[in-house]
Amino acid sequence: MDIPEVKRVSAVKRDHLARLAKEGKRPDGRGPDEYRPIKIERNVIKKAEGSARVKIGNTMVLAGIKLEVGEPYPDSPEEGAMSTSAELPPLASPEFEPGPPKPDAIELARVVDRGIRESKYIQLDKLCIEPGEKVWIVFIDLHILDYDGNLFDACSLAASAALQKAVIPNERYGFGDNEPLPVTSPPVSCTFVKYEDFIVVDPNLDEEQIAQARFTVALDKNGDIRAMQKGLKGSFTIDEIKNNIKRAQIHAQKIRKLLEE
Amino acid sequence: MLIKDGIRMDGRKPDELRPIKIEAGVLYRADGSCYLEWGGNKIMAAVYGPREALPRHIQDPTKAIVNARYNMASFSVEERKRPGPDRRSTEISKVTSEALESVIFTELFPRTTIDVCIEVLDAEAGTRCAGITAAAVALADAGIPMRDLPVACAAGKIDGTIVLDLSSEEDKEGEADLPVAIAPRNEEILLLQMDGHLTYKEFEEALELAIKGCKEVVKLQRKALLNKYKTFEVE
Amino acid sequence: MIRKIVLPGTEVGDAKSKLPGKGVFKEGDKIYASRLGILSEKGKYINVIPLSGVYDPNVGDNVIGVIQEVFKNAWIVDINAPYPAFLNLENVPWRVDYGETSKYLKVGDVIIATIAAIDEAKNIDISMKCKACRKIEDGIIIEIQPSKVPRVIGKSGSMLATLKKYTQCWIFVGQNGRIWIKGEDEKVNLLIKAIRKIEKEAHTFGLTQRIIKMLGG
Repeated sequence: MDIPEVKRVSAVKRDHLARLAKEGKRPDGRGPDEYRPIKIERNVIKKAEGSARVKIGNTMVLAGIKLEVGEPYPDSPEEGAMSTSAELPPLASPEFEPGPPKPDAIELARVVDRGIRESKYIQLDKLCIEPGEKVWIVFIDLHILDYDGNLFDACSLAASAALQKAVIPNERYGFGDNEPLPVTSPPVSCTFVKYEDFIVVDPNLDEEQIAQARFTVALDKNGDIRAMQKGLKGSFTIDEIKNNIKRAQIHAQKIRKLLEE
Repeated sequence: MLIKDGIRMDGRKPDELRPIKIEAGVLYRADGSCYLEWGGNKIMAAVYGPREALPRHIQDPTKAIVNARYNMASFSVEERKRPGPDRRSTEISKVTSEALESVIFTELFPRTTIDVCIEVLDAEAGTRCAGITAAAVALADAGIPMRDLPVACAAGKIDGTIVLDLSSEEDKEGEADLPVAIAPRNEEILLLQMDGHLTYKEFEEALELAIKGCKEVVKLQRKALLNKYKTFEVE
Repeated sequence: MIRKIVLPGTEVGDAKSKLPGKGVFKEGDKIYASRLGILSEKGKYINVIPLSGVYDPNVGDNVIGVIQEVFKNAWIVDINAPYPAFLNLENVPWRVDYGETSKYLKVGDVIIATIAAIDEAKNIDISMKCKACRKIEDGIIIEIQPSKVPRVIGKSGSMLATLKKYTQCWIFVGQNGRIWIKGEDEKVNLLIKAIRKIEKEAHTFGLTQRIIKMLGG
């Protein structure tokens, strides 16, 4: 996250993290390929058609799924549509300000969206009500509650978990009984950051504050790549990117099991 | 029929509150926080501050500025709400800020802001009262000095009967809604709004009932704060 | 002696026989708590020791600060308070000429300083002319709630002495809740765990014993 640096990171903290990085250590004692504890809870919001609360370490996000009847896009008259947005309310961090979504929030929403859309997780072709006239539009709303690093993975996981048990609200529109939202297999996203030539998975807040580059990859159930995003102003070598993907494939398998529970 | 033989649609008596659950200190980043469930409402409140008021030109050299922001998540209501403040949220934010500022010792922190963030995650009537109640717990959790712990509760009128704590249906179909926030020690009114139709006598009855409800809710606020420190109270 | 936790607005005493100390206020004939905290009566004074809250600077406090901005004749320092602190170039241990400030302290540098003066508008002046004052260039800094600092130091420094004894680490506790630690990685991690435990259980009894046990004593 390109956090507005109201409070500068102290030189002592920077030096400490740099020293640890040279020894392959992280400030909270984790290994470079260790995620913080992940907790997933579904159906936490009654008013939503689907919902999930995900915690990765202290980072906590809520995803809410709402469905509305709307017009299809002209180039896909028999397909439903999806739209993802992210809110970073001032509640979640002393640095978040109220107001319209900043580039951070927009990038976050679009990257999460890409993972879901490109893995064809939601079967949009099964969301047609009246060809050319009425389709279901799936809104994925990400609401950050506590920010301690790695919003990309927390949001992606929350969205995937929320969609897994979402329903089509037929009853509300008089279309008959509610049905489960037709989904295939969820994407799993993995985020890395690089600082002092050290590339670690699932960055916490400290690591994000000094990160030079960030890399997120969304993988499907076969370990194939569905979406990628490189962020921040630093760079990765080609080998580093390839290595990140290989590492992500291992992580994604483990995280996928959590979604299947 | 919203009320029949003294029993409401959800089985409650006229002076009964919906189930309430309050937890203090639930967030990692915030200086103070509170998660509250009230009937079908789910509210997360957080407090940051006192902190330097920026940009500098908004600073008040004599006291802290209390900024409460009430916001509803898109998925918190049946028909999805577009993200961002609307006129209703802006009004609620204003009256909430004013209610809370009334009990905070703002003179102790000139040139600062105390930011109160109220996020409605699941909505079911009475969100502004639930919001203020949660904000009060978050403020105490953050160590903000106050002269009392504010609390809010609504009363209303359904089918001619004055009842406590309107549910969603009752709010939609009922005849009056009266949200009230008080500083419980002296029963000082910090927030009072009303819409509908009440005779003067009905208003008196409703206000008394709302205040009674407030005092019940205070017990739960206190329990939540004491619970965080799990130490027993003497006396 | 049982510790009673009080909330804002709780009645804690009679103003006719007692005097309001810290964390309380007088209204009519009674004294009430203004903070969430622990009731503590000292002689005629009724106090409430806060369990949370921002750092409220006092003249004489030693604090750990981070340089936020550099001016030609001063620095603005973040001391973890609702107000930034001013460090004038005359109040540092070096001879700094006008315009040369960034040569001595840059944005992000960490210092130990002392609160020199606070005026009614809460403008805070700090100084590095004190025995413990210096620029910190190694170790790590952790932040705890300022209200828990007295417990980390302990009565007559007893808790701090215990922490130093069992971890052989260098420790400096700033009144503003920032603590500087230096030592072996493993010992430092253990020390941080102990400090977090003190922070969480500051209001309980028998804490010192539990900490000694945790540190392997």
